[in-house]
Amino acid sequence: MPTFNDILIMVPEFFLVAAACVLLLADAFMKPSERVYLHWMSIAVLAVTIYLVVFKQTGGTVTAFNGMFIRDGVASILKVFALLTTILVFIYARPYLQDRKLFVGEFYTLTIFAVIGVMLLVSAGNLIMIYLGLELLTLSSYALVALNRDSSLSSEAAIKYFVLGALSSGMLLYGMSMVYGATGTLSLAQLHTAIPSSTMPHLLVFGLIFMIIGIAFKLGAAPFHMWIPDVYQGAPTPVTTFIGSASKLAAFGMAYRLLETGMGDLAQHWQLMLAALAVLSLAIGNLVAIVQTNIKRLLAYSTISHMGYLLLGLVNATPEGYSAAMFYAISYALMSTAAFGVILALSRAGFESEEIDDFKGLNQRSPWMAFLMMLALFSLAGVPPMFGFFAKLLVLQAAIHAGMMWLAIVGAVFAIIGLYYYLRVVKVMYFDKPVEGAQVRLQPDFTLRVALSLNALVLLALGLWWGPLLGWCKQAFVG
Amino acid sequence: MIDPQMFQLVCFYAFAAVTVLAALSVITLRNSVHAVLALVLTFFSTACIWMLAEAEFLAIALIVVYVGAVMVLFLFVVMMLDIDQEKLREGFVKYLPVGLIVAIAMLVEMLGLIGVRIMHAQTMGDNPATAAGLSNTAWLGMALYSQYLLPFEVAALILTVGVIAAVALTLRQRKGVRHQQASEQVAVKASDRVRIIKMAAERSADSEPTPAQESKP
Repeated sequence: MPTFNDILIMVPEFFLVAAACVLLLADAFMKPSERVYLHWMSIAVLAVTIYLVVFKQTGGTVTAFNGMFIRDGVASILKVFALLTTILVFIYARPYLQDRKLFVGEFYTLTIFAVIGVMLLVSAGNLIMIYLGLELLTLSSYALVALNRDSSLSSEAAIKYFVLGALSSGMLLYGMSMVYGATGTLSLAQLHTAIPSSTMPHLLVFGLIFMIIGIAFKLGAAPFHMWIPDVYQGAPTPVTTFIGSASKLAAFGMAYRLLETGMGDLAQHWQLMLAALAVLSLAIGNLVAIVQTNIKRLLAYSTISHMGYLLLGLVNATPEGYSAAMFYAISYALMSTAAFGVILALSRAGFESEEIDDFKGLNQRSPWMAFLMMLALFSLAGVPPMFGFFAKLLVLQAAIHAGMMWLAIVGAVFAIIGLYYYLRVVKVMYFDKPVEGAQVRLQPDFTLRVALSLNALVLLALGLWWGPLLGWCKQAFVG
Repeated sequence: MIDPQMFQLVCFYAFAAVTVLAALSVITLRNSVHAVLALVLTFFSTACIWMLAEAEFLAIALIVVYVGAVMVLFLFVVMMLDIDQEKLREGFVKYLPVGLIVAIAMLVEMLGLIGVRIMHAQTMGDNPATAAGLSNTAWLGMALYSQYLLPFEVAALILTVGVIAAVALTLRQRKGVRHQQASEQVAVKASDRVRIIKMAAERSADSEPTPAQESKP
């Protein structure tokens, strides 16, 4: 039976659920002019949740509700960064939303519910919890993508996301049902012990394949990446930022829980599958990104390639590989928030600032913004000494240690190809002349500028001083 | 005499085949009413399979909620859609053959289930409810509120998100729409509606306007 102790273990989640309900009610009684308080309340709520996650952590692995919920180092680190990037998303989003009459309470409540989904997903100890956490996250995301309902692009993106998302959930459930059929348990811990003695190994592998398809859909790894470009382009930019950051952390958490906590003994089967996914993602992401003219689409294809690198870390099914992959997921979340943050800072009412041509000569008009964008792009490209460089180095190292030298070489080659399209944007910003008549008007929002500057500078700082973060990541998988 | 276990297995494969065929026809039939009827049959056959596995509560819930409420609502919506209006007007006789096929399939499935029960076939797999000495529904309730409490509550959260999303995506507050205000309507007094004014007659009774003048536009 659940006891009060179970609730104590889940205090951050319970707090966030309660706060989301309070915010929902508060929004109903607020005048539109007072909604800015809702914005600050939401940020405060997320900050308090970070505090609860960090300081109410007793260390070690604790489970609650009959093993449905696992609280360990991996879950806590992923939660902290998911909450942190969501705070950044909220700060970057406010001017954009206000300019477009999208500044509604639902944006905040739906995003917070999505974050609850992330937190439950990365802490899931049971196949049911993985599915429910994922649904909570994706259902909120579908609605967020469609939030700008007068835009046909946005609605189209939401429909595509919804249909493909439902399909991938179906695949995941199908795989789970087969694994349940082969082992007779839904709990990940019991799954781990039941797999070696299973009498139906073929059914298990069959189920595993479907689960990996579900994971690849959520990560956006090729060939299950079809939804990524359209959703990234069609969704309101703050929502894209959220999907590109917190959602990716959740997808990593889900992959770790399913593959390692649940099916670690089948590693020799899933390692090669993930390697194939990684190669495809690297190839498709990097090659198609070269021809993009829309920067949101370009970043979407860059996401696909980054998920390829993340898979390189997972392929090495040891704590070293997992910590490299988690480090990569965190670095990607911070880099993509910074890149999308610049797009948001340059957009204004009636102007999305999403074409690469919109960035022409940005250096002459706003040197600081051009500098921040350059930091984010260099980090995404993996130029030393940026954060992204060390993340790439670690996953390549993990692939080599897994005995897959060829995979590391493929990764390195595509990193160089990928450099081209990131540098093209930098070249456009620094060496092209601004388009006649186009003028840059920065968002006057002070908090946005400060947060964005910090976010981009952190990419440089963590590139120079990445030891502690990597230490935490390694610690999480050892303990 | 037929072997009960064998008969149960035959029933299972028959129900599974009907489920798959009906599901296939849902996505291939051109007529949307036929497709909805096929979907009803899909749900019903699934419920029969669950019944074979002695998950009685789930089977009944599937029929009551999905077949009884959701699908009937679907049928209403599909019939009101702006497709094949001409054909729809020809009446329900057109849908009788497909309806009859679905109904007969359901009847055969029910007879099969009754047959399995009469022959006292053993359950396929373990049944935790019988092991605990409880009825299926009672066991399900116990499990939901003890072992599966957290997933149960998370499912509630997902439904909440569904409600918020539905409101956020469909509620449009138009300006200038005349609403009824029930509270004001109830609180109204006779004196607010009818005002009796005393005024002097302007004309005498014999100088009424002629009908021809009145009909002028």
